[in-house]
Amino acid sequence: MMSTLKSFLRHPTGMIGLFVLLAVVILAVSAPWLFPDDPWDMVGAPFQPPLSEGLWLGSDMLGRDVAAGIAHGARISLIIGVISTLTSLIIGVTIGATAGYFGGKVDEVMMRITELFQTIPGFILAILLVATLGPKISNVIFAIGIVSWPPLARLTRAEFMRLRGREFVQAAVCQGQRPLTVVLRRILPNAISPIIVTGSLAVASAILIESALSFMGLGDPNLMSWGFMIGAARTVIRQAWWMSVFPGLAILLTVLAINLVGEGLNDTLNPRISRKR
Amino acid sequence: MTSASINSGGRVFAVALALAGWFVKFVAVVLVIATFNFILVHAAPGDPAQVIAGQSGASDEKLLAQLRAEYGLDKPYPIQLANYLKRVVTLDLGYSYRQQRTVASLILERLPATLLLTATAFTLALLSGIILGTLAGVRAGKWSDTLLTIVSLLLYATPVFWLGLMLVLLFSVQLDWLPAFGYVTIGVPMTTLQRMGDIGMHLILPAVSLAAVYLAIYTRLMRSSVLDVTHQDFIKTAKAKGLKQGRIIIRHILRNAMLPIVTVAGMQAGALVGGAVVIETVFAWPGLGRLIYDALLQRDYPVLLGVFLVMSVIVIALNLLTDTIYRVIDPRVSVRAAS
Repeated sequence: MMSTLKSFLRHPTGMIGLFVLLAVVILAVSAPWLFPDDPWDMVGAPFQPPLSEGLWLGSDMLGRDVAAGIAHGARISLIIGVISTLTSLIIGVTIGATAGYFGGKVDEVMMRITELFQTIPGFILAILLVATLGPKISNVIFAIGIVSWPPLARLTRAEFMRLRGREFVQAAVCQGQRPLTVVLRRILPNAISPIIVTGSLAVASAILIESALSFMGLGDPNLMSWGFMIGAARTVIRQAWWMSVFPGLAILLTVLAINLVGEGLNDTLNPRISRKR
Repeated sequence: MTSASINSGGRVFAVALALAGWFVKFVAVVLVIATFNFILVHAAPGDPAQVIAGQSGASDEKLLAQLRAEYGLDKPYPIQLANYLKRVVTLDLGYSYRQQRTVASLILERLPATLLLTATAFTLALLSGIILGTLAGVRAGKWSDTLLTIVSLLLYATPVFWLGLMLVLLFSVQLDWLPAFGYVTIGVPMTTLQRMGDIGMHLILPAVSLAAVYLAIYTRLMRSSVLDVTHQDFIKTAKAKGLKQGRIIIRHILRNAMLPIVTVAGMQAGALVGGAVVIETVFAWPGLGRLIYDALLQRDYPVLLGVFLVMSVIVIALNLLTDTIYRVIDPRVSVRAAS
């Protein structure tokens, strides 16, 4: 564990990603103190360009502070990114583990379902789910979880199939340990590092899906989010470039940082796989 | 390795088998999505009749009663589902009470624009990715690898709708080279050729924004794939035979190196079609994505469900296309099928 940590600390791009990500987390946590006003409140004249008095990223068409929106939006993006990834991890790992452990008919059925979910356009399914269930943050998280699990299921299945025939697993089965115990105590701990890597990359794509959903007007109407800000800026792009540029940069930086951390984790946790490239 | 060794009966059989497999997949996906749609309508909060009517008809008791009778909403779920599937199979996708038109006619009207956009973006990403990746792979150097890695990392983290807006900001607002929104210039009399050129100009920004991230991925993949193939024995043989460099690249390296890219492109068809929805919203492109956006604003569920079904069919069609390309270029597939 210590050696993994040490080698991650020596991973240059991974560390850059980690620093940027930490900055975003700090921004998200301190948003209520940095910008105590509600980000929906009018704080100045509309359409103020960046570096105006008290508004360093400018204001939007209703005089709302763009910087405040970005700080408060960071909370939503990170929360939705993490929780929806946990949701898709639960679904994906359960399905992948069942398929990989039992094999045969069970595997066939599970993989058909996975294949089907990979065929249907996930983003449109997410739109439908949020539109019918209602634009609440819990429904957005559920929708993203539902469309993001297939890669995790495939990965988990492959890992379980690889480990299923190993001697320590066979020994545990022969000792009469129950399947659930074998899966959770013997196989899963050995399969966990690629799952962590793919999971961390899934956080980034969850943030992208969330931003696209709120861009389409499907975000929680009570919560300020980056995608919503860009969606609102779309029609006034000729008057106010800053309204769309800054929230987009926020998404880009956050997603990039998470991807860099994910790749860094991949290089340190799975050195064999990464060296093959 | 050459086509002389392929027996044609085996090839026909393989193609028939592939088509049959594709058809089974097609039917399965359509049935599952239709079932899914059915469940969604019933899972939505409120009366399914109100969901079908959309917000417009929610207060009209007569319409609701008519809908309940027409859709048999008082019957048990399995019978309702069977009826619904029967309607889908006969291409009856329902009626939009908001727009006072059948969903099928709404979709047919918007389909060409979406097909044009997705097909252009797909071809653009695949072709340019293969060409750029081959160039980068043949002249492998440190800088092309670094540049490609950085560009694809950046594009991979860029929301597609934001990339579209930034391109509008640069090429329409600042430089005024390309139209920012729409499908064709309205109110100007044009010949057919001029009209096609005009649509082409409108198509550039949406297609490039949609294709950009895939272009980067395919270029990077193609580069490493070309490098892999270059080191294999049959390339050494070709060189030893004294074949010209250009012929080796086109006949031997390209054909083999393209295979993984085509596979990945097929797997990403769903994401591409999903991206088209967002891009159409950005550029006011009058396709199915735009139809979804308008239907969302009005909570017009029959339209949403119908578009979901049709978009899924487009994805399966793209899968069939990549499967076919794979079969055509793969030097081994038909030999394997014949044996």
